[in-house]
Amino acid sequence: MEPPKTASIIDIKNLTKRFGDFAAVGDVSFGVERGEIFACLGPNGAGKSTLIKMLITLLKPTDGDATIDGHDIVHHSAEVRNTIGYVPQSISVDGTLTAYENLMLFARLYDIPRAARKTRIQETLEFLNLQGHANALVRTFSGGMIRKMEIGQAMLHRPKVLFLDEPTTGLDPIAQQSVWGHLADLRKTMGTTIFFSTHNMEEADGVSDRVAVMNQGKVAVIGTVPELKEKTGKPNATLEDAFIFFSGNNMSDTGNFRDIRRMRQTEKRLG
Amino acid sequence: MFHYLYETIKKSWVLTEMEARKLLHDPTELISRAVQPILWLGIFGEALSKVRAIPTGGFTYLQFITPGILTQSVVFVAIFYGLYIIMDRDTGILQKLLVTPTPRLALVWGKMLSAGLRGLCQALIVFIFAIILGVQLNISLWSILGVIVIVLLGAAVFTGISMIIASIVKTRERFMGIGQVITLPLFFASNAIYPIAIMPTWLQVVANINPLSYMVDGLRALMLTNTSAGVGFDIFILAVVALGISMISAWMYPKVVI
Repeated sequence: MEPPKTASIIDIKNLTKRFGDFAAVGDVSFGVERGEIFACLGPNGAGKSTLIKMLITLLKPTDGDATIDGHDIVHHSAEVRNTIGYVPQSISVDGTLTAYENLMLFARLYDIPRAARKTRIQETLEFLNLQGHANALVRTFSGGMIRKMEIGQAMLHRPKVLFLDEPTTGLDPIAQQSVWGHLADLRKTMGTTIFFSTHNMEEADGVSDRVAVMNQGKVAVIGTVPELKEKTGKPNATLEDAFIFFSGNNMSDTGNFRDIRRMRQTEKRLG
Repeated sequence: MFHYLYETIKKSWVLTEMEARKLLHDPTELISRAVQPILWLGIFGEALSKVRAIPTGGFTYLQFITPGILTQSVVFVAIFYGLYIIMDRDTGILQKLLVTPTPRLALVWGKMLSAGLRGLCQALIVFIFAIILGVQLNISLWSILGVIVIVLLGAAVFTGISMIIASIVKTRERFMGIGQVITLPLFFASNAIYPIAIMPTWLQVVANINPLSYMVDGLRALMLTNTSAGVGFDIFILAVVALGISMISAWMYPKVVI
């Protein structure tokens, strides 16, 4: 049975996740449109990762619900998993396998028919400009190439929504540009909706259609980047100004030990 | 139900095949793991055969401990295998696998089979070295098939236990600590290097509930005697324990990502 097509591909209603008394995500509601590039912006510990983990079925919400392409994230997790792709913040390709094997693993886990696998992998490698490296071990790759491989693994089964957690943390500016070039292409050619989290203002500013500013588990404001800047009332406002205006917080003073350690480790590995 | 089982077996196989490819890309791990069983057989075994203090039921001491050392080397691979769950979590591979439609049980069976594969490589090394030392072993098609089944099941049991521990302790440091603490007692409280009959009563109780004893018992019957009496029972016990532990593990290990 085809699920009812809602206008929003991601529909979040009063989603809440509590760990004991602490609300990592508290009563969040918003929608993401089909084909949108949507940024979830906030400092470390704002609840971005927890929100994504609930949407990708890794974490059960304490309260509220959400659907992805009409599938409930709790009751129809199997359908949700077939609809989405996920690129975690830390490195999720296996360095001890070749690029081809890394893609083959996911092609088979996603049940891409045997006859289509090889062409699909070939297309993916070409799409990411990695066709010359198919049989090289991934541990010999540069940071940008690793990130592209991870995106390749997550898009093999043509997901409708691609979730990325801090996609360019630790990448140099040129690799960042290249990664976003490919993501924009992906949206253009396949209409993939892209939902990503970031603590990098410039990144959110440059690539996203709309931004949700998160702080302390809540969505402080949602809108296009120009809208958010305008609302601050300053003529030359940056997104950082907007962030401070809406959250009353300075971005750099937040984040816990575990988040920071993980982020720095990722930077070290990719760098 | 059948569809789920089919999916689980298919995906376990995919994951195991990728582990095998990793070993082919870099077999140094297999070589370094070969050292320990060789030392046990070549030094400990040779030295204790001179003592003749341990009743070994008509076999030479080297014959007696060869199945024990094989068991030990398989169990030591498996009992640390849960570390991969923590490492895969720390990278991001585990999160990515959990977001695919792969059944949770397939990830457990995949790890169990991968450990079993490494265990079989260990078995081959122990067999070859035992033959070099002149240990008389009963080698037939049936005994080899039996050894393969017991190694795979034993590896599954201890990999499952290891994954459960990993999902409780969640960090490498704590996991390594616990791994170190349990491996030697597991080995010594079994019939691997001396018969259960010579142990104090309380230790006999422990040895009898230790799955490692059932591995040794089955392997000893297969590798040393022509009678396969009791092997079916050992395999049955290991299979039931492996199945139970894999279910508990499939339920527990996804929590490691939270």
